[in-house]
Amino acid sequence: MMKRHSWLAVLGGVAVAALVLAGCGNKSADNKNAVTTIRFTDFSASPDHTKDLKAMIAGFEKENPKIKVDLEQLSYDDYFTKLQTQMAGGNAPDVFELNYENFENYAKKGTLADLSSYVKKDKDFNKNEINKQAYDAFSYNGKQYGMVESFSNVALFYNKDLFKKYGVETPKADWTWKDEQAAAKKLTRKVDGKQIWGTYAPVTMNEFYKVAAQNGGTIFNKDGKPTMNSSANKEALQYMVDNVLKYKVSPSPAEMSGQKSEDLFKNGQLAMVHTGIWEFSDFAKTNFKWDIQVEPGNTQKATHFFANGFAVYNKSDKKEAAYKFARYMSASKKVANIRIKSSWELPALSSKSILKPYLEQTPPASRDVVFKSLNYLTLPPVASGFSKMSDATDSEFEKVLNKSVSPTAALDSLQTQFKQIQSKE
Amino acid sequence: MAGLTKKQTYRWLLLFLLPSMLGFLVFVLTPILASLGISFTDWDLLSSIHFIGIKNYAEVLKDGEFWQSFRNTLGFILGYLPLVTIFGLLAALLVNSKIHFKSLFRGIYFLPVVTSWVAVSLVWKWLFNPSYGLLNYFLSLVGVHGPQWLEDPKTAMIAIILTSVWKDIGFIMVIYLGGLQSIDLSFYEAAEVDGASTWQQFWKITLPLLRKTTFFVLTISLINSFQVFDQVNIMTGGGPGNATSVVVQSVYNHAFRYFQMGYATAESWILFIVILVVTIIQMKGQNSK
Repeated sequence: MMKRHSWLAVLGGVAVAALVLAGCGNKSADNKNAVTTIRFTDFSASPDHTKDLKAMIAGFEKENPKIKVDLEQLSYDDYFTKLQTQMAGGNAPDVFELNYENFENYAKKGTLADLSSYVKKDKDFNKNEINKQAYDAFSYNGKQYGMVESFSNVALFYNKDLFKKYGVETPKADWTWKDEQAAAKKLTRKVDGKQIWGTYAPVTMNEFYKVAAQNGGTIFNKDGKPTMNSSANKEALQYMVDNVLKYKVSPSPAEMSGQKSEDLFKNGQLAMVHTGIWEFSDFAKTNFKWDIQVEPGNTQKATHFFANGFAVYNKSDKKEAAYKFARYMSASKKVANIRIKSSWELPALSSKSILKPYLEQTPPASRDVVFKSLNYLTLPPVASGFSKMSDATDSEFEKVLNKSVSPTAALDSLQTQFKQIQSKE
Repeated sequence: MAGLTKKQTYRWLLLFLLPSMLGFLVFVLTPILASLGISFTDWDLLSSIHFIGIKNYAEVLKDGEFWQSFRNTLGFILGYLPLVTIFGLLAALLVNSKIHFKSLFRGIYFLPVVTSWVAVSLVWKWLFNPSYGLLNYFLSLVGVHGPQWLEDPKTAMIAIILTSVWKDIGFIMVIYLGGLQSIDLSFYEAAEVDGASTWQQFWKITLPLLRKTTFFVLTISLINSFQVFDQVNIMTGGGPGNATSVVVQSVYNHAFRYFQMGYATAESWILFIVILVVTIIQMKGQNSK
């Protein structure tokens, strides 16, 4: 039989055990000579470039022996959910990766540390060495809230062997939509039961804002009001949809049925594909010849431009160390060299000598196209509520490809939906 | 616990219950109450919280997309609930009869229940694939040109219903099996003496005596099917267009893609109220019989 206070003793024991366990979490001493550990999360390295990222971190830790970087890698799909949840709990990593599309939202809401003063004080950093467009992408209201690490763009990839086999002239720099469509018609065919399509670009918001720009259209006007159903945009969507439904030179969603366009290209089932330069290392494994060209436009040229950078959490108590790491990842020649060697996007550092080995590598033979395309760059639209608008667009475009809605009706409906979303934000 | 006073016994019980009670309080009850609070705010996880009254609820009720996903959810229930109940009962009757390898078959039918939804969804997505999926291949053997399944707004929800029924048959089967085994065999013996056919025995004895079990099956399946999400999210993501978007997916998107926590929690409370009302009506109907 237990005494009355014995259960209290058990309870007390549990409480003590809990305290001991909790104590294990914060045993770091506030010693000035001690190593500062900064937490860092990243989405762009996984899955292909984990090794390269770790090499970069090792390089940083070697130069800064008093700073240790604690890396947490996430996939892009989970990244922003996790980051935003951590911020809600006041426990985000000291330094984290952001892409341009999401950067402004985080800067606007005051979650990022202003790095301007660190940049000013930093004698080892010269911003003129960095690609200007990419560097400026991470400033907001005249303040620098992020250090750009890399950028990338999209080009027209084409299967040289297929063009040669069927006697079609390969893409030229001055090609327009019409030229691409004409070539695609010639290349689309069935060979030994295997379907070959002429060209492919996804029919989604991410692609649409660029195709619209190639026709002089925009998603928002200068005042930030949606302009989805402008005549330029309607023409652009009609062109994208005609490739699939009318001319059938691009595979439909049912024909794709879960396959990636990049895989179709690698199988030799796509003569042309609009995709990012990050595919270089993967496409290098194919057994046919391929090359790239600047994407064709209609009334003007326009190509995608993506930039990734590092930002410092404004509640971090290790901002100095976090800045140092962000700066290193942005401006170190060692980091740039690792990027170039592994064809992992383009380093922010834009000096000719660093980029030389990048241009000398093949395939593709026409690597200079990557830099030519920068003359026509279009930035992704930035607006609050944009992820909702983007989802609405993708869903509406699926209906267009199912022939349940016309392109014009889809854009009219999206114009209304965008206005509604904006009024709620 | 001989020798303990009543008070002492309760204390001991409380102590042993503490671990699971703590878990329930911290990880279930607190978030539920917090979500009720959040549903009256404009919280986006980053900015500070502002109380905005019932604005979220008003907006959800006006939102055409929410109602579309609500209709889709009802469509799912309409297909799923009768099918899973009937086939679950059939499976139970089958493995309850005098066949060989009874426990092997029970195991086989139950296997999908313990398989993760992610794995099941991915496998079925592949089976439904119009160009290289097994399902359309089998259909082509008998000269049928199979539909585009998940890529066609007309068939996408049917495909999801079929997958869900296949996965849950085993669960329903086990519940019915329990019900079947609690029926006294003497009823059947008496019926046989009176010359009742197997068919008559099923309608006059088995089904009426399974009424309580059927009620339980319907209630639990209805609650679960209002919350359908995993398979939809993986197999179609709500597409094509919004043909398969469901309520919980809308909650998920607003919470973790658009970061409108207030809106998302308001949606989930509306869903909770709907489920509550439907369940109460169901219970009333059951009691009045």
